[in-house]
Amino acid sequence: MDAGMWIELIVKVIVLIAALLVGFAYLTYTERKLLARFQNRYGPNRAGPFGLLQPMADGLKLIFKEELIPEQADKLIFILAPILTVVPAWIVLAVIPLGSIDLFGRTINLSLAGDLNVGILYIMAVTSISVYGIVLAGWSSNNKYAMLGGIRSSAQMISYELALGLAFVGPVMMASSLSLARIVEAQSQLMWFAVLQPIGFLIFLVAALAEINRAPFDMPEAEQELTAGYHVEYSGMKFAMFMLTEYTKMIVVSVIAATLYLGGFHMPFITDRWPWMGPFMLLAKVFVLLFVIIWLRATLPRVRYDQLMQLGWKILLPIAFLNVCVTAGVMYLLGMIA
Amino acid sequence: MDIDLETNLPPDALDGMQHLVSDRAVRGETVLLNMGPQHPSTHGVLRLLLELDGEVVVNCVPDIGFLHTGIEKNMEAKTYLKAEVMTDRLDYLNNLGNNLTYVMAIEKLADLDVPPRAQAIRVLLTELQRIASHLVWLGTHALDAAAMSVFLYCFRERERILDIFEMVSGQRMMTTYFRPGGLWRDVTSGFEAAVRDFVSYFPPRVTEYDRLLTKNPIFLRRTKEIGYLEPEVALRHGVTGPMLRAAGIEFDLRKAQPYSGYELYDFDVPTHTDSDTYARYLMRMEEMRQSIRIVEQALNKLPLGPVRSNNRKYVPPPRSELGTSMEAVIHHFKLWTEGFIPPKGSVYVATESPRGELGVFLESDGGPKPYRVHWRTPSFTNIQILPILARGHLVADLVLLIGTVDILLGDVDR
Repeated sequence: MDAGMWIELIVKVIVLIAALLVGFAYLTYTERKLLARFQNRYGPNRAGPFGLLQPMADGLKLIFKEELIPEQADKLIFILAPILTVVPAWIVLAVIPLGSIDLFGRTINLSLAGDLNVGILYIMAVTSISVYGIVLAGWSSNNKYAMLGGIRSSAQMISYELALGLAFVGPVMMASSLSLARIVEAQSQLMWFAVLQPIGFLIFLVAALAEINRAPFDMPEAEQELTAGYHVEYSGMKFAMFMLTEYTKMIVVSVIAATLYLGGFHMPFITDRWPWMGPFMLLAKVFVLLFVIIWLRATLPRVRYDQLMQLGWKILLPIAFLNVCVTAGVMYLLGMIA
Repeated sequence: MDIDLETNLPPDALDGMQHLVSDRAVRGETVLLNMGPQHPSTHGVLRLLLELDGEVVVNCVPDIGFLHTGIEKNMEAKTYLKAEVMTDRLDYLNNLGNNLTYVMAIEKLADLDVPPRAQAIRVLLTELQRIASHLVWLGTHALDAAAMSVFLYCFRERERILDIFEMVSGQRMMTTYFRPGGLWRDVTSGFEAAVRDFVSYFPPRVTEYDRLLTKNPIFLRRTKEIGYLEPEVALRHGVTGPMLRAAGIEFDLRKAQPYSGYELYDFDVPTHTDSDTYARYLMRMEEMRQSIRIVEQALNKLPLGPVRSNNRKYVPPPRSELGTSMEAVIHHFKLWTEGFIPPKGSVYVATESPRGELGVFLESDGGPKPYRVHWRTPSFTNIQILPILARGHLVADLVLLIGTVDILLGDVDR
């Protein structure tokens, strides 16, 4: 590695983290603003023009909050749990391909980990870790509501994760690769996998909503039932870290969905001509998906957690299996695989 | 804190409440959870002691009294007219209905006549109040199921009703608008237009909620076959209102013993036989549509004429007479200092509140203050049914069951 590569890496890390932090802050703002508009309200409009400084105000407030740790809590795990949820959510983005540009006489791959050839496996492995943080947060708080929230999230995880995994398989088969860059490339040659794999796309979206604990699958925190679920005892920045995880995961899942099914950074005509538009194209797709996620939250009631398990095991999983089989059959008939 | 390793409970955890929970709780096999009084979904300050097996409710013991206001006793210390102000605070979503029940009791006690215009306005406003109350129920019920937008839509509509109340009485909630012998004063000039506006505005909104919830598969799965209530059990516990009608028993005081001229209006009392949370949801939705029918009819044939009885022993004279009539001044003075004095006796009057049979028992000992006031409030009787409904369901269902019983803590603790 020469010095140029180190600089490149450091710059990319800083840019990615900054982008995620800003994305998180303004996703909370966007969500509040959009929800408000869905519901005949104004949303934040006091801090700064159009309330644009609201995320900063929230952040400042949370920093100055007293951090309470319940006396009966398992203190080490109580402190570790938010870190355990937040880190996986952050490191997933490393493998997302963003295209490459020529700059300073060298070709720079905009993605952090370059072209990891097992990108999909990496994503699946890393995203599943977050749930440990939730379960441990619920358990270590020594609070019955938090405990129920933690138990719910573990029950939830085993029921959607399989369907989610199978939803990854479709694009992998069609691109014949576990590398996300290859999957994006395959889509630029064929067409978006959302068109070729509509069922897989839908299963992915449903399972992904469950993965990130968003409405209508937000049982672990279910305000109306468990007050706040697993993070009921958390305050200050530790609470903010759970929020950070939730919103970062929203972004991450949207990025993955866009990459696997909506052509990733590639956009016909535009990115072919201006490669630097890649990240912006991805951003646009991600924003559309985020809008859908917020829209769903404004519209749908919450599923009961045993019903989510039924949905996962009895509906999503068989359909996902069938989808994989049909995809394989069609590909075989078309001679795409031997 | 010492914790018994055998049962995982502090030694005094079950003192004095072994009879409320099962033996398994004593052995530490089930979890005891206090839900409320500070909990977002207990609709006020209801505390539930839950015994949970996992998330399944084994036992549910409602603990009431956190909002006790002593209204019944307070009313005995006030003159009849002043006591009416307290009725607004009973069931704070049915203020006009409480007013109506109370003034009807006084009217029955004193044998007061009420002019037809006052009767019609009373019906009109009480039905608007029913819609407003059902809107709060629908909003919070949907919110319990996490469909949060419905909540804000419902409150948007309720605002309009409260605006009408403010227009006629000067108050949005604590109206005290109905008075013994009629109304406080006639409705304002913009009233009819405002009500007509609402009558045309509201039915499409109900259709909108229909679209959001009625056929929503998630909502259906959350409410169908949840909280089945057997008709016999309902009758045995004195359950009334939509809860009873959803169990297939057609009992509505507006039809069973019409008051205030309800017999003049054409409306249906919806019933259902499924007796689950979804049936009760459909019932209340239909009741809103029927109420708007009554409002429309009342508005169309609103009679002209006085809105207050001419009985000067109970009803204050109009301001204009005070300058010319000595008698009017004396009546005015007597009414505002001592208050009116109904004859000895006791009455019980019941009306159909949005939650069921709302009754008031009034005993007069011939003085200016009621000797005894007792309220038979629907929330108080209906909440008894909650443990029966909740048994065997999940915590997630429990919050919907609290919503479907449609209790109001102001109505339970009084």
